[in-house]
Amino acid sequence: MSATTPARGETLLEVRDLRVHFPTVDGLVRAVDGISFEIRRGEVLGVVGESGSGKSVSFLTIMGLITSRQAQITGEVIFKGRDLLKLPVDEMRHIRGKEMSMVFQDPMTSLHPMYRVGAQIAEAVLAHEKVTKKAAAARAVEMLRKVGIAKPEEGARRYPHQFSGGMRQRAMIAMALVLDPDLLIADEPTTALDVTVQAQILDLIDRLKTEFHAAVAIITHDLGVVAEHCDTIHVMYAGKIAEAGRGREMFYSSRHPYTWGLLQSIPRLDAEGSQRLNPIKGLPPSLIFVPPGCAFHPRCPYVMDVCRTVVPTLQTAPGAHPSACHLSDAEKVRIFEEKVLQRS
Amino acid sequence: MTTPSTPPSTPDPHAGHTPLLRVTGVKKYFAVTRGIVFQKKVGNVQAVDGVDLEIYPGETVGLVGETGCGKTTLARVITKLHEPTAGKLELDGEDYTHYSRTRMRPLRRKMQIIFQDPYASLNPRKTVGSIIGDPYRIHKTAPKHQVKAEVQQLMELVGLNPEHYNRYPHEFSGGQRQRIGVARALALTPQLIVCDEPVSALDVSIQAQILNLLGDLQREFRLTYLFIAHDLSVVRHVSNRVVVMYLGKVAEIAPQAELYRNPKHPYTGTLLSAVPIPDPDRAQTKNRIILQGDVPSPIDPPAGCRFHPRCPKAQLPRCRDEIPELREMGAGHLAACHFPLTGPDDLRARTDEIPAAG
Amino acid sequence: MGRYIARRLLWVVLVVVLVTFFTFVIFFVIPPIDPAILFAGRAPSERLIAQVREAFGLDQPFWVQYGLFLKRIFLGDEYGWPGFGLSFVTRSPIREQFLDRTFVTAQLAIGGAVVWLVLGIFIGITSALKRGQWQDRVSMGFALFGVSAPVFWLGLMALYIFWEKLHWLPGTGYVPLSEDPSQWFLHFLLPWVVLALLFAAFYARMVRGSLLESFGQDWMRTARAKGLSERKVVYKHGLRASLTPVVSMFGVDLGTLLGGAIITETVFNLPGLGTYVVRSVQSGDIPVIMDVVVFAGLAVALMSLIADILYAMLDPRVRYS
Repeated sequence: MSATTPARGETLLEVRDLRVHFPTVDGLVRAVDGISFEIRRGEVLGVVGESGSGKSVSFLTIMGLITSRQAQITGEVIFKGRDLLKLPVDEMRHIRGKEMSMVFQDPMTSLHPMYRVGAQIAEAVLAHEKVTKKAAAARAVEMLRKVGIAKPEEGARRYPHQFSGGMRQRAMIAMALVLDPDLLIADEPTTALDVTVQAQILDLIDRLKTEFHAAVAIITHDLGVVAEHCDTIHVMYAGKIAEAGRGREMFYSSRHPYTWGLLQSIPRLDAEGSQRLNPIKGLPPSLIFVPPGCAFHPRCPYVMDVCRTVVPTLQTAPGAHPSACHLSDAEKVRIFEEKVLQRS
Repeated sequence: MTTPSTPPSTPDPHAGHTPLLRVTGVKKYFAVTRGIVFQKKVGNVQAVDGVDLEIYPGETVGLVGETGCGKTTLARVITKLHEPTAGKLELDGEDYTHYSRTRMRPLRRKMQIIFQDPYASLNPRKTVGSIIGDPYRIHKTAPKHQVKAEVQQLMELVGLNPEHYNRYPHEFSGGQRQRIGVARALALTPQLIVCDEPVSALDVSIQAQILNLLGDLQREFRLTYLFIAHDLSVVRHVSNRVVVMYLGKVAEIAPQAELYRNPKHPYTGTLLSAVPIPDPDRAQTKNRIILQGDVPSPIDPPAGCRFHPRCPKAQLPRCRDEIPELREMGAGHLAACHFPLTGPDDLRARTDEIPAAG
Repeated sequence: MGRYIARRLLWVVLVVVLVTFFTFVIFFVIPPIDPAILFAGRAPSERLIAQVREAFGLDQPFWVQYGLFLKRIFLGDEYGWPGFGLSFVTRSPIREQFLDRTFVTAQLAIGGAVVWLVLGIFIGITSALKRGQWQDRVSMGFALFGVSAPVFWLGLMALYIFWEKLHWLPGTGYVPLSEDPSQWFLHFLLPWVVLALLFAAFYARMVRGSLLESFGQDWMRTARAKGLSERKVVYKHGLRASLTPVVSMFGVDLGTLLGGAIITETVFNLPGLGTYVVRSVQSGDIPVIMDVVVFAGLAVALMSLIADILYAMLDPRVRYS
């Protein structure tokens, strides 16, 4: 670990008003439009949103995989005291993969098909530390064992196409953790996997997080996953954070109409009888022609005049968690209890 | 807003009725060949290995399972997109197992399919009007000049703007494309629609819209659905009865509420416990069973009960030596297990630390 | 891997059999003119024709002739191994001339291949990395030019500019390496470049396309996420995956050229297989034509086999299927 390791519980990552806009032929795509949050060591953050919410783009930018060559990026991303957006490319490269690493969605295509699995993991080690090839290979095997691949020496010599989806994802996790990072970002890590394998992988992430003292950010669209594995949850919509809170707050006293819409539109395994779902009407917004005011207002059942013109900012009412909505706190509580809770 | 749509569960409501679709002993094997000059068959991918299934008019049967369980292959065999290796297929009493393509044609008016990927299952070079209108033209169920009117009516029905008749698929969103697929399936007013993962590729909020649409259409047109999905919550929501498959065989069949409250097959139990529930408190108290390893390959399935190597309740030698048959466990509730679960809390987690894969 | 190679080898054998068979049929069975008459010279007498026929075994049944033909090629004849036979025109064994000419063509082909590979891959990579920028446009412009310009025109223009006008290079013709290395090189320089230009253009486009496709792959993103240097990402990860189509094409291209780069040899007056076979067609020297055809077919088949093996070495998915 580096010399600037913050103590346990201290803030590892602080994002301030991050905006990521892509200029395209059709116009400016405002993929991320002003988000601010923190992640502390040991914390598991769940970032929930549908496609187009900006959840993946924000973390790809934090990792430096989206750069100012592709997009207009403003704001600050402060990781262990340094603003990553202002770092020269080379220095960012030293952080990426070593202090901060990422696991992606589709394990079938995320590993290079022509190199052996062990070699790809060892490559990560060799890129950041001055060790011999043999030592790097040994560490790769050790990580494979840690992520639960039986006979890891054999596994390391195999090619990705010889692994199943679950095993490939484990190998990806091994690769992400081999250098003992402080922050692990998992972008839809289980969406492409079967539900029993999903459970294994999430369980693995839980255990390894403790073992490696890492903070984890899980990006997903699955509210069940964040309910079971995350301490803090952000709900994102149209490039902004709609609501941010602890797990229980989000589900038992949620304060944003979009979150209510999500909760009401998912079929639940533990629901009694099959009641009609309450989908959110309309379609996700264009990120080029974002609706004025609150981006969610065209689809919101509780829209007021102010919502059409004034952009709501994340506000924290006393005793509540931050949410970006013009409804008064009392209103939010009332609506939630009446309309949402009575459903489950 | 909260109208229940399923009839209250009664002891086997189908007794005495004739099924709309009956599948008996259906197998579908794909040959695995090896060889330098002459390809020799060295084995089979036993994608579907003896499935019996009955679907009654007006109901929704959910078919659920993980990768390699054979549910998609079964759907393809039922709709004759694959030829069955063995077994019998009957639609409305008619045995169509060996029908040629021509003979199948009139049957396709009774049985339609909606596919998973709304981006891949629509011909990008055809307009929406053409895609939905083709069934009329192929089966000559409407005179030419009337087709457009019918198509536009259908479009409205599924929630599309009829003025978009001449647009191309790429001009629509994923959810809208799926609606096009639904409209196309409805064009011939079929009796049975096989839905192969119709909402898996869609965002959560759109998913809900499509599920509601399917429910509404079922009520209005008295449709019967075979609903295939891997998402157990979705399947629970839409189905009257649920079939759980594992490695080509049926593990359990039960009415929806019964299956989720009182699963009998250990695989069903583990499957249910693995589904993440959007409720932090319940998540804490849930009995979490983490299975070992990955699903084995259907080329070389385990002997006896296919689930036995991973089963928390397996007992050798019986589970390895004897293939369990589907037996009645209650009204309309069948499971293929020698040691079925005795209650919802019967499963114990395996005590190994991190499940070993590979 | 062994099974993979074995299967490919069998195909090579099959191809060789088919090539020899069709060659034989085309030259001995189909022609309306009796080959014996062609060989016998001008206004041959009946007796001469009969003699010729007997000497060449042309009076034997079809299958025997074919068998002899094959035997001659693979086991050698009275003039040495491999058995190339006797020229109708020169009345002397073909073998020595054939081998000499093959040697010249091989030098041309291999030299050109090195140039086009290096040039093509380099330009392709540059284009892909600088996509949309001026380097890309210039490169693709060059590629368009190289693909469109006929080889003979290019060759003649090159000779005109560099030999006639600028006197930088000596002209046409072949100088053996053993005789004068610098002249050998200078005489081959233009032919190599002209030959390579066409192929380099194709390969540049292919490498560019293949590399751009790789850039969009998920595993490239993973490589970057690991913190690898951009150099490693492009070359070790991107290029490796992009090379497989190059390898496949290279096998066929080089194999085809080894059978005679007719136009280039003609323009630059190189005594290779290409000019040899053209002359033989004009003079009706059938044994030579047949030999070249069989050789060319074999060259392509074998080079394809080598390309396939290289492909399997690059891409393990092909090996283990």
